[in-house]
Amino acid sequence: MRAPHPARIAGMADSPRTPLSLREQPVPEGAPAPGLPARQQDDLRRYLPGVEPERELTDWGRSERVEGLMDRTLIEFYYRYWFRTEVEGIENVPATGGALLVSNHSGALPPDAPMIGKAIREEHPRPRPLNITVEHFFKGYPGFSMLLPKIGCVAAHPANVHRLLYDEGQLVLVFPEGRKGTEKLYKDRYRLRRFGRGGFVEAAMRARTPIVPVCVVGAEEAQPVFAQLKLLKKLTGLIYTPLTPAFPHLGPLGMLAYLPAKFKLRFLEPIHFEEEGMHADKGLVQTTAHEVRARIQEGLFDMVSKRQSVWFG
Amino acid sequence: MPSERILITGLSTYWGGRLAQALEGDPSVDAIIGVDNEEPSVELERTEYVKVGTQHALLRRIVEAAEIDTVVDTRLVTDSATTSPRKAHENNVIGTMNILAACTGEGSAVRKVIFKSSTHFYGSEQDDPAFFDESMGRPHPPRTPIERDILEAEASVAEFADRSPGVSVTVLRFANVLGPAVRTSHIDLFSLPAVPMILGFDPRYQFVHEDDVVHALEHTIQRQRPGVYNVAADGVLGLTEVAGLLGKPYVPILPPWGTSIAAAVARRLGMAIPPEMLAQLRFGRGVDNRRNKAAGFEYGYTSREAVLALAEHLRLHPLLRSSAEPYRYEREVEEFLRWSPNVRNGSRRAAVADRQDLGAGPPVDHYDDLRPDEIVSLISSLEPQALRALREYEDGHHARAAVIGAIDSAISRSQRGVAKGGGAPL
Repeated sequence: MRAPHPARIAGMADSPRTPLSLREQPVPEGAPAPGLPARQQDDLRRYLPGVEPERELTDWGRSERVEGLMDRTLIEFYYRYWFRTEVEGIENVPATGGALLVSNHSGALPPDAPMIGKAIREEHPRPRPLNITVEHFFKGYPGFSMLLPKIGCVAAHPANVHRLLYDEGQLVLVFPEGRKGTEKLYKDRYRLRRFGRGGFVEAAMRARTPIVPVCVVGAEEAQPVFAQLKLLKKLTGLIYTPLTPAFPHLGPLGMLAYLPAKFKLRFLEPIHFEEEGMHADKGLVQTTAHEVRARIQEGLFDMVSKRQSVWFG
Repeated sequence: MPSERILITGLSTYWGGRLAQALEGDPSVDAIIGVDNEEPSVELERTEYVKVGTQHALLRRIVEAAEIDTVVDTRLVTDSATTSPRKAHENNVIGTMNILAACTGEGSAVRKVIFKSSTHFYGSEQDDPAFFDESMGRPHPPRTPIERDILEAEASVAEFADRSPGVSVTVLRFANVLGPAVRTSHIDLFSLPAVPMILGFDPRYQFVHEDDVVHALEHTIQRQRPGVYNVAADGVLGLTEVAGLLGKPYVPILPPWGTSIAAAVARRLGMAIPPEMLAQLRFGRGVDNRRNKAAGFEYGYTSREAVLALAEHLRLHPLLRSSAEPYRYEREVEEFLRWSPNVRNGSRRAAVADRQDLGAGPPVDHYDDLRPDEIVSLISSLEPQALRALREYEDGHHARAAVIGAIDSAISRSQRGVAKGGGAPL
């Protein structure tokens, strides 16, 4: 176990709630199959399947080939030349073990996730793959269903996040704002939406992995959303149909048309959760979720206030 | 408690037959009784076959009369292309109910029930986790009759486990089975010149090799491991990857919308795509197999290796198809071989008994009639194993010093030959 990090949330230990040490062992998630004696979940991590070097895909469906191709072309172009991304605090991303990256979210086809992934590959002393959680919706959509897992996206299911964080010790990126973030209009830019039900905090606590808050500035201006087109949404069955500078009048590829805003990423200090069973306390989960949200919001306002130009930083 | 008297339901299914064959080689198993409504499809030595109706209504009398301690249910139909929905329901739901009823009751000797189920239990949906573990229920209600049957059958097994605390109940949920001997709709699909896919989807697939299925059943018989286990090999493959391993192109010919209509057309054209496969072709499924590994089971194949084994078989299959005569069960012959007092040699049962009780006969034909010098001249042509058997036989029957000496020197010569690297005796 690591020593408590100085960045542990202040006020968490001296909250009026039951001290953590008095809490009993958490009940395993998910109801056991009826009637059949569920085996006590011993640590199954050592039974994870080994790596078969001949494979093209990982067990999650990730393809090094497709990912590498995207990384070298489209993402490289946007990261280096179009958004001219600047990164602060990359050392806050742990070099080993699982960690949950939590970020603000915006843009119709959000460019923030691939930029965060690219930043870790480019700037981090020990580049690691990033798993990006996406809506289940995409798994049902032809084309997206095929492509997204190949470039490192996984469905935002609590079991998936837990396996990645706890069992496999990987980096996972979540957007707690979810669809509320990408649906929000330009006039609401950099004002964080509600952070779901705190499921992401629960996942991190259950896996006892740190949360690394991430602030992204620039994505709001890269693809400003002026309105939501309800009629088009009904007609196409898409989850949202924003009105952006290029969509829908320039067709579906207009979703990929971004304005050349300057991107700035800031990785904040990680928040550690070492005690077992913290996730069982819903109150603590909510408090922590608010705290994470407040830190990202604070970081965003700080970055925006120091920014001299939307396009040149 | 070890399993000594085993009842296998579904003896005519591939699994029942393979399992019975495997158990026959285990001397600690006292009796193997197989029931089914069809005749066994593989050759069996000491398993007794009893024909029963689909509903297994009279099973209780067999279980009681034979003092069965372990019931292995391999009978669940998980592929709706093999039979009609009504028959599948009769077999899966009513059959399971009756089999479980046969294991209950005052003074029942049954101590272990093993139920072969399928990962179709979990279904395939858009919002599935990437890996189902055993504690997760099905997130959505079943969509196809076969999945409904599997859920109902498992529910009655769970209820049975609740009611009978003294019985160890194990449910094994098998992933899609691949292998040269078994036939499933997926194998039929992979046997086509190209692998059909739904446009825009690359589902994740996890397989299990047929040998691992039999080994998992055996493993469960030999041990006490109640509970639910996923049995699926390591590795979840994309369907495009599967096609690559099979050495076939993949063709996204099924449209993403109106897929079931297209599948109905394909069915008319002779391409069997049952409805439960359609969901899997779209969303795929992965399961967590670690609990089974933690229980001590070791897989012989990964998913990738299972696909490669199937690929080899599919390439060889057209050449071998006609050569092997399929086994046919002949009741009278089997009964004669098992029970007639006139059967001495040639009977497989008698041969087994001989080997266990009396030891082998003379290792060389007409050995007892041969003179010592004839034997010595014959020795040089024998393999080391035969020599050792001969030595033993000579020791026990005639014990002629000259012959024993000659055999000994031949044995030591052959050993020296082995040590030098050459295997042949002189």
